[in-house]
Amino acid sequence: MTSSAAVEVTGLRVHRGKRLVLRDVSCSIPQGSVTGLLGPSGCGKTTLMRSVVGVQIVSGGSVTVLGSPAGSPRLRNRIGYATQSPSVYADLTVAENLRYFCAVLHAPRSDVARVIDEVGLGGHESQLVSSLSGGELSRTSLAVALLGKPELLVLDEPTVGLDPLLRDELWTLFRTLAARGVTLLVSSHVMDEAARCERLLLMRDGELLADSSPDALLAETGTHDLEQAFLSLVRAKEAA
Amino acid sequence: MNTPILLATTARILNQFRHDRRTVALMVLMPSLLLILLRFVFNSEAAFSRAAPALLAVFPFAIMFIVTSITTLRERTTATLERLMTMPIGKLDLLFGYALAFGVVALVQVLVAVGISLTWLGLEIGGSVWLLVVIAGLDALLGTALGLFASAFARTEFQAVQFMPLFVMPQVLLCGLFAPRSSMTTVLEWLSNVMPLSYAVDALTAVTTSSEITGELVRNLVIVAACGLLALVLGAVTLRRRTP
Repeated sequence: MTSSAAVEVTGLRVHRGKRLVLRDVSCSIPQGSVTGLLGPSGCGKTTLMRSVVGVQIVSGGSVTVLGSPAGSPRLRNRIGYATQSPSVYADLTVAENLRYFCAVLHAPRSDVARVIDEVGLGGHESQLVSSLSGGELSRTSLAVALLGKPELLVLDEPTVGLDPLLRDELWTLFRTLAARGVTLLVSSHVMDEAARCERLLLMRDGELLADSSPDALLAETGTHDLEQAFLSLVRAKEAA
Repeated sequence: MNTPILLATTARILNQFRHDRRTVALMVLMPSLLLILLRFVFNSEAAFSRAAPALLAVFPFAIMFIVTSITTLRERTTATLERLMTMPIGKLDLLFGYALAFGVVALVQVLVAVGISLTWLGLEIGGSVWLLVVIAGLDALLGTALGLFASAFARTEFQAVQFMPLFVMPQVLLCGLFAPRSSMTTVLEWLSNVMPLSYAVDALTAVTTSSEITGELVRNLVIVAACGLLALVLGAVTLRRRTP
C-alpha cells in the first residue's frame, strides 16, 4: 500500500441476497485523481461504491479509506457521497436541502452558495426539489456531496441525463477538485466518459477487468477507443 | 447526541410540513373532526363526556403512528437515509429530531381537539385542562415513537400502512374504551396491562373525573413516557448504518 492511495480495496467480496455481486475485487485509487468506475448496469459498481462509503455489509476482504477502515466515524465528514437515485428531500427547496446537510456536516453556511454555483443551479435556490427537472435534481444531489471539505468524493452516475454542455462543465469541476488534491471516484455506464478519467476501473459481472489509465488500456489491448478496449477485455476473459 | 444536528433535523422536518399544507391540515384537524362526528353520533353531552377522554388519547395516537411510520419509511426508501448514515449524524439525533418535530405537530393537534371538545362539544372535566393536554400530547408522542419503531420493519409503504392495525388496533380494543379493563378475562387483562395506550387512557379518564393528582396518575404518566422513550431507543437500535 502506497501512502498516496486514498482508497485501498483488498479481496472484497459482497453478497446481496444469495448472489455474490463482488468477487474478490482488489484495487487502489490514487489520491488527487479522477478515477472512473465503468461497466454495464448490474456489474457491481454501486455495491463497490457503497462499500467504500461504508454503508454496505461485506462478506469478506477489506476496504481502507483515507487510512481508516471504511465506515469509521472519523471518515463521516471527510467523504462526499451522491447515490445513484437523487438523495435529497423532494418537499424542500434546493437551498433548504443544502442548509440542512450543511448543519449535519458542520460546514459553513457560505458553502450553500458555493456548491449551488459549482453545479450550475444558480436561480433555482428557492425552487422545490419536486419541481426540478431530472438533470437539476441529480445536480442538487451532487451539490450536497460537495458541501464541507470532502477529501474523497464518491459519485454514482452523477452525469446521467445531463446535456453535453453541463456534462462538460461538471467534468471540468471534477478535474479542478482533483487538482486541489480531492480524490474522486465517479461511476458511469457510458464509455465515452471513460476518456475523461485519469484512472479507469472496468467492471463486469462483479469482477474487475482492468485497473489502468485510458492510454495504457488502449496500448494493452491494441484498440483505438475505450468501447473496443472493454469488448476486447471481455472477450479475452471469456476465451480464458 | 449532538443538539445542533438534532434541532436542524427537527427544523428540516417542520420545513417539509410547511411545504405540504394539506398534510398539516389533515393532521391538525382529523382528531377534532372525528370527535365532532362522535359527539353527534351520541347525540348527548353526557354520553360524549364519558367516551371522549379515551378518544382524546386514541385518535392522536393512531394518527401520529401512521404519519410517522410513513414519513420515516419514505426517508429509508429515497436514499436520503443512506446518505445521512455516511454523515456525522447520530441515530438518536435523527430519531429524537423526528420525535421533536412530530411532537410539535401533535401538541397543536391535541390543543385544537381539547379546545373544541371543551368549548363546543360540551366535554366536562373535573381536573386540570393543562394536565389533559399534557397527557394527550404524551400519548401522541407515544404514537410517534411507536411509528418510528414500526417503520424499521416495513419495506414498503404498503406494509407500513398494514402495521397500523397490527400495532394500534389491539391497543385500542384493549385500552378500556369498549369494556372496562377490570372486567376482561385474565389473558386479555394481562395483555391490556402491557399495552402503553391503556395507561394513557386511564390517566385521561382520571383527569376528567377528578382534580386530584394521585400517585397512580403520576405512575401512569411515567409509564406512557417511558414506553415512548423505549420505542425511540429501540428505533435507533434497529436503524443500521450498514445494510445488505
